[in-house]
Amino acid sequence: MKSTLKILSLFFVLIMISCGGGEEQKKETSKAKLKSTTTTKKVETKKAETKPSKTIDLTSKGVGPIKSLTLSAEIDQTMVAHGKDVFKKMCTACHKATKKFIGPAPKNVLKRRTPEWVMNMILNPDEMVQKDPLAKALLIEFNGSPMANQNLSEDDARAVLEYFRTLK
Amino acid sequence: MKNTSKIVAGLFSVAMLFTSCNNSDSSTKSNGALSSSAAEKVYVAPGEHDEFYAFISGGFSGQLAVYGLPSGRLFKVIPVFSVDAEKAYGFNEETKPMLNTSHGFIPWDDAHHPDISQTAGELDGRYVYINGNNTPRIAKIDLTTFETTEIIEIPNSAGNHSSSYVTENTEYVVAGTRFGVPVPQRDISIKEYKGNFKGALSFIKVDQEDGGMEIDFQILMPGFDYDKAHPGRGDSHGWFFFTTYNTEEAHTLLEVNASQNDKDFIAAVNWQKIAEYVKNGGGKKMPANYAHNVYDEHTHSATSTMKKEVLVVDPTEVPGAFYFLPTPKSPHGCDVDPSGEYIVGSGKLSADVTVHSFSKMIKAIEDKKFAGEAYGIPILDFEAIHAGSVKQAGLGPLHTEFDGKGYGYTTFFISSEVVKWKLGTWEVIDRKPTYYSVGHLMIPGGNSRKPFGKYALAMNKITKDRYLPTGPEVTQSAQLYDITGEKMELLLDFPTIGEPHYAAGIPADMIKGKSKKLYKLEDNKHPYAALSDADTKVVRDGNTVHIYMTMIRSHFSPDNIEGVKVGDKVYFHVTNLEQDYDVPHGVSIIGANTSELLIMPGQTETFAWEPKQVGVWPFYCTDFCSALHQEMQGYVRVSPKSSNIELSWSLGEDDEDEDEE
Repeated sequence: MKSTLKILSLFFVLIMISCGGGEEQKKETSKAKLKSTTTTKKVETKKAETKPSKTIDLTSKGVGPIKSLTLSAEIDQTMVAHGKDVFKKMCTACHKATKKFIGPAPKNVLKRRTPEWVMNMILNPDEMVQKDPLAKALLIEFNGSPMANQNLSEDDARAVLEYFRTLK
Repeated sequence: MKNTSKIVAGLFSVAMLFTSCNNSDSSTKSNGALSSSAAEKVYVAPGEHDEFYAFISGGFSGQLAVYGLPSGRLFKVIPVFSVDAEKAYGFNEETKPMLNTSHGFIPWDDAHHPDISQTAGELDGRYVYINGNNTPRIAKIDLTTFETTEIIEIPNSAGNHSSSYVTENTEYVVAGTRFGVPVPQRDISIKEYKGNFKGALSFIKVDQEDGGMEIDFQILMPGFDYDKAHPGRGDSHGWFFFTTYNTEEAHTLLEVNASQNDKDFIAAVNWQKIAEYVKNGGGKKMPANYAHNVYDEHTHSATSTMKKEVLVVDPTEVPGAFYFLPTPKSPHGCDVDPSGEYIVGSGKLSADVTVHSFSKMIKAIEDKKFAGEAYGIPILDFEAIHAGSVKQAGLGPLHTEFDGKGYGYTTFFISSEVVKWKLGTWEVIDRKPTYYSVGHLMIPGGNSRKPFGKYALAMNKITKDRYLPTGPEVTQSAQLYDITGEKMELLLDFPTIGEPHYAAGIPADMIKGKSKKLYKLEDNKHPYAALSDADTKVVRDGNTVHIYMTMIRSHFSPDNIEGVKVGDKVYFHVTNLEQDYDVPHGVSIIGANTSELLIMPGQTETFAWEPKQVGVWPFYCTDFCSALHQEMQGYVRVSPKSSNIELSWSLGEDDEDEDEE
């Protein structure tokens, strides 16, 4: 019974915190470092066998509108030019072509993911991070920073994918 | 053990307290009609949508509130005539011009009568027009963005009260003056009121493409007070009707002096005839000075243009276009039934509701049944035009709307009630109390050819004991009645913002599908937009610094800025790069003498900051946007005026994340 009470109290305390008491927690001095976890990013990622961003999964198509997509052997340069433009306008706030930024770099992404998975991540990020295990793991690896849905058309997303094929 | 369970019980009852705040009908009361079914009728289950939108004027708040019916839930307060720090309206550089007038920037007005645009006499759900009463203006609210997109000032007018009503096809929005004023304004004795002061009725032409407004002509009527108005419809389309009071032309102690005449007038104005007259070169251009402010959805910015001329019409020069219909006792509401045949004048100091017949009016004009004239305008014989009166219906009739099923619903201010009566027989069918001192009422579409006669919403001036007290100032309210049966049934009380003068309602299905979800970045033509990360920069021009900044979950770019100096005027031009629904971001910086910005996806807004102190000053996102919202922040370093530090800006450190292949 006591533990029931404790749990209940904890529950209420949590409710109180989540209703706006959150600001307090963030006040850390710049030198504060907790030995056990340091900057969580580095430690967690070292513990993991392979980081989600390095994991290779060439079978999962993810969750979303794109069920099947076959890439032509030749890269379509018109599409690449358009995709590069769309990427610059809609994606560079969080992604750099060849370098990790807020989110992972698209460079060599097709060596790690299926084209369908990439398209679905662009077109359907909200559902992807809820249902796709890899997308979920990536969200955690990238500090919970959400992949924004930039409402690209399927054609624009396809062009961006073609552009990604050139990033090696 | 016992204690534990007591505490548990206690905790639960606290929880209950928190969840029970919304039980509006928990302790009611004298009204026997309130049964459990009333609660069911207004219950909109979590996640479900209301059946109607209600746009309720905010009165002295200057704004327009958007509610759902039947739930009475408040969705949005649209800033119209008053600044709104929450939405940066009147604070950011883009919307300041919206509140410009010939008297300079005015941060407030008194918003009265919203009206939804119509096509063929039926609501079309494109725009809401609403009047600013104090410094006469008409605003247009776009119902795809639910934002004020245009405001036009009305010259030669004062107390812009018989406004803003649209004609059957929204050819015109009409704005009539309440107070007579000298036209043009000049330095004369107030005692010279009679004959020298005029009452301007302004006809604002509406652009059929974009709803844009332009004053086509102003009619310089005698200096009566023009109180309310409505357009004709059906056969009476082409006419406009205005109630008048103070036909005595008193200029002092109006409470007594403007209540002398047994009858005042409804002014019947054939606007089609006048439009034709001015089209053929009639009327006279006179110098004027009034602001026309337009918000452009693509530049996300408003511009204010001062207009210097207005076309005025002397009513005596257009014979056959103006008549006065004698109407008892300082009529307030001037309402036309859905067929267009009946013109209802509610003499606010009377016990009766007077109804005129349009067809009888036309016949009386043909038969020249005149009872006199006022300033050259014929006064029609009362008996010749009178259709009937709702006798002894209550005290202080104010305003009538219609259900489309043959009934009128009139509010009575003094006796605090809504009275349902039958058109044609004028018999009273039902009456229900309001709590208290009802002003106007609204039936969705109730002033059009096609009312949606399911609910009537009464708007009260006084609530006294109806809600938990909040000091001397207590809330104003609206009350919802079910009008589907023979008898009305009071369903719900709910508080409103400011003072609800009038409202316009429309079935939700007619507009909700057109509600914009975001602004497309590709359509953003703001001159200071940064449409991608590559466009971000900081530019100095003398003492002015322009920051071209972007925001997306969950960072600003740039987020570190150095080289700003005390004495600079720093403009933050911030573009929200999100292209997803319901992801606004906010921003402000410590010490900014203005409001935050609240920026919708794809939009650019600007605030000015004049740093007065040396230091490193943080800015942050003010709208909880993501799990990393608390991380969405940045710094501006402010150096002394004499400093030589060059401008620099950055986001992240370039070599930090090179571990990627």
